[in-house]
Amino acid sequence: MKKNEWPLWEVFVRSKNGLEHRHFGSLHAADAEMAIENARDVYTRRSEGVSIWVVKSSDITASNPEESGELFEPAKDKVYRHPTFYNLPEELKHM
Amino acid sequence: MDIKSLEDRFEAKIAAGESIEPKDWMPEKYRKTHIRQISQHAHSEIVGMLPEGNWITRAPSLRRKVALLAKVQDEAGHGLYLYSAAETLGISRDEMTEQLLSGKAKYSSIFNYPTLTWADIGAIGWLVDGAAIINQVMLTRTSYGPYARAMVRICKEESFHQRQGYEIMLTLCNGTPEQKALAQDALNRWWWPSLMMFGPRDAESPHTEQSMKWKIKRKTNDELRQQFIDITKPQADILGITIPDPDLKWNEERGHYDFGDIDWDEFWQVVNGNGQCNKDRIAAKQKAWDEGAWVRDAAVAHAEKKEQKKQKLSA
Ligand SMILES: [Fe+2]
Ligand SMILES: [Fe+2]
Repeated sequence: MKKNEWPLWEVFVRSKNGLEHRHFGSLHAADAEMAIENARDVYTRRSEGVSIWVVKSSDITASNPEESGELFEPAKDKVYRHPTFYNLPEELKHM
Repeated sequence: MDIKSLEDRFEAKIAAGESIEPKDWMPEKYRKTHIRQISQHAHSEIVGMLPEGNWITRAPSLRRKVALLAKVQDEAGHGLYLYSAAETLGISRDEMTEQLLSGKAKYSSIFNYPTLTWADIGAIGWLVDGAAIINQVMLTRTSYGPYARAMVRICKEESFHQRQGYEIMLTLCNGTPEQKALAQDALNRWWWPSLMMFGPRDAESPHTEQSMKWKIKRKTNDELRQQFIDITKPQADILGITIPDPDLKWNEERGHYDFGDIDWDEFWQVVNGNGQCNKDRIAAKQKAWDEGAWVRDAAVAHAEKKEQKKQKLSA
């Protein structure tokens, strides 16, 4: 068997105008154009989308789960970033 | 961090109902089990296209033909979702294909039975997709994130599969006596293999305990099988055909149907390669792989050429 595997692409689909592109999954294709065509067939057979982005999986840099403590935990003790932190009188409506 | 504390952290995450994602640390056995199970599931979707594909050109009407085509195309999509999920665990698509063709990786035994009549297409949609749905609905809550997400997408598409199958059965059962006999014959042949789809009895299923602990599975083989029987029996009654099991009876006390013994010898025969179609199925996949080689190579060559042209233009 010859090793000539098509690269992996990540597929992002906008399900309708007004919404953001969301990650739908991945697929193999020889180039970006084919990735879009394949994504159309694989991920939007039932009108699930109006726009597709593809990006080579190897071009994505992901954060390391080992470092998620350093990255995300500092936000946990900053409760003053949430509206519920502030004590206001009951009479005050709509704020 | 040492292995022991990594393992403890992993087990705690699972126990808390958290999902495991591709870059998270996981025990080697968890990774291997998933590669085996997800690739096996993917292969089943792909090989499953063959028995049904057999009838696309002979579908009795255009309505049936477009529906069957769409269903078989969905199964190809299911295979792709699942291959992608398995790839997140560090196995390549080509490796998985090699394992399928060499027989190292298995696929669901149900697809080693032949589709002899049009009624078989009805029975497959009704029973085989029906059994698959029960298993797959459970798997939408499996602990490995990419697998669970693939299942959510698949489950959304499956219900049309089962409905198109049941509609075929219904049409045959409301037709001439000969047509109804075709439906009964298909039920006779597909009933027991469908029950076998859930795998060996719990007592003989070596992976069940670990799979439950890691929340890969949320229900055992026997629980899923019982659920399938309980749902399917009333559906057969609506069709007016008889499930080929004289021991199938409602058990008031258990609140479930009792059913007869499954022929596990047959199950193991088929798993071990001696079913009616094992050789044909792999031969068909091998042929597709070999004859598609030039297409795969040409696409890469074309992509490289286009890329070079683009670079020349921008230089
Ligand atoms: Fe499927
Ligand atoms: Fe299906």
